[in-house]
Amino acid sequence: MADWVEACGVDDIEEEDVIRFDHGGRTFAIYRSPDDEYFATDGFCTHEKAHLADGLVMDDIIECPKHNGRFNYKTGVAKGAPVCVNLATYPVKVEAGKVMIQIS
Amino acid sequence: MATTTKTKRDYSLVGESTRIAIEIGLASAEWYHTDVPRKAMKELMQRSDGPAIRDTIIWIVAILGSAAGVIWFWGTWWVVPFLLVYGVLYGSSSDSRWHECGHGTAFRTRWMNDAVYQIASFMLMRNPVTWRWSHARHHTDTIIVGRDAEIAVMRPPDLLRAALAFTGILDFRYSLPTLMRNAFGSISPEEKSFIPEMELHKMVTAARWHVAIYVAAIALALYWWSFLPLVLIGLPRLYGSWHMVLTGLLQHIGLADNVTDHRLNTRTVYMNPISRFIYWNMNYHVEHHMFPMVPYHALPRLHELIKHDLPEPNPSMWHAYREVWPVLLKQLQYEDYFLKRELSPTARPYREEFHALTVPAAAE
Repeated sequence: MADWVEACGVDDIEEEDVIRFDHGGRTFAIYRSPDDEYFATDGFCTHEKAHLADGLVMDDIIECPKHNGRFNYKTGVAKGAPVCVNLATYPVKVEAGKVMIQIS
Repeated sequence: MATTTKTKRDYSLVGESTRIAIEIGLASAEWYHTDVPRKAMKELMQRSDGPAIRDTIIWIVAILGSAAGVIWFWGTWWVVPFLLVYGVLYGSSSDSRWHECGHGTAFRTRWMNDAVYQIASFMLMRNPVTWRWSHARHHTDTIIVGRDAEIAVMRPPDLLRAALAFTGILDFRYSLPTLMRNAFGSISPEEKSFIPEMELHKMVTAARWHVAIYVAAIALALYWWSFLPLVLIGLPRLYGSWHMVLTGLLQHIGLADNVTDHRLNTRTVYMNPISRFIYWNMNYHVEHHMFPMVPYHALPRLHELIKHDLPEPNPSMWHAYREVWPVLLKQLQYEDYFLKRELSPTARPYREEFHALTVPAAAE
């Protein structure tokens, strides 16, 4: 059963940026796009264990801070070497100024 | 000071040192980072096409201009200065272009990074696939013996080999057979250790393209019965790589290995503006390793922001080589010996845990 979990307030993330969210022993990355939409993915790069929240958001791309691997954070798709495995994404909704993510 | 060599280093990527590095947690470890506020780091990481387009136009114009000089003055002594310039642009500055575009930080636009990366890889006689992955490993496990595929000077140092590196001969001798081997579809166990299987076919394809261009250059040379095509394509890797070696050797030489703090195994050196253009600011090497997301043009700003936490940079290449030379001589006898550079008083202490475990001797 998937649960909706409060990750952060809408203003906790700047536009075109990402923050880290830890829950239940897992780490997630929560994104705010330049279009003011919110997205969530796993918090670690699929290449090596680096926090994506330390990376750079450019349009719909998150770039890993360790090896500059790039993912589309909206779809999780890996955009080429050195990342080859897609990133897991999670449904997001905004309610009463809070960003909620659905974690299975 | 302990000076007895305990264990001979095994630089193979599939050997005993590899096993130990994985076992004790040196492989894919968490590294020390200077604290930088997210807002400042975000600004530093910002990508822009402008500086790299400007520099690339200068680079290409200078390459084509010096190549024109080589062709025009071929057969006379006037060709020498043009060869010097062309050689360094082809055989040395391509290294920093390869490096920055491999990281994807030089340009904001992805295809521009990819295009320059492919061209520079060819100029360097480097397989663009192999080297993308070996460099990723270099950043994961910087100067971790048995893990890092890009350790330029191993211990004990082979000084003759290091000197010959300035001529490009050794690199040429390694790169050309590797290229041929890959072109025939042969992949070594070491290559398989850091390149994912799904990428291996791309490595073979890239090698075949490179070989095809070299074959065309050789055919042209035979057709014209002139060395000129080879002097312009391929051979600059020999006569023009000295600047790459001059600057690149200083990145890690004489410093610690098997540590997880870039301040211990990497060096920042202040350089003249011409070398910095050729090297694309990679003289700020501690900064680059700590924060590889920061583009070359923002490294001086990053340096200003974090220098309080780093060892004092070497004020010149000459100073750095003078500092390194006695360390290398000492390493001939005691391969565990290394240079531990003094931190500024404002810095946080070195991260010592792995360092204390594996490398007991240091010069301060």
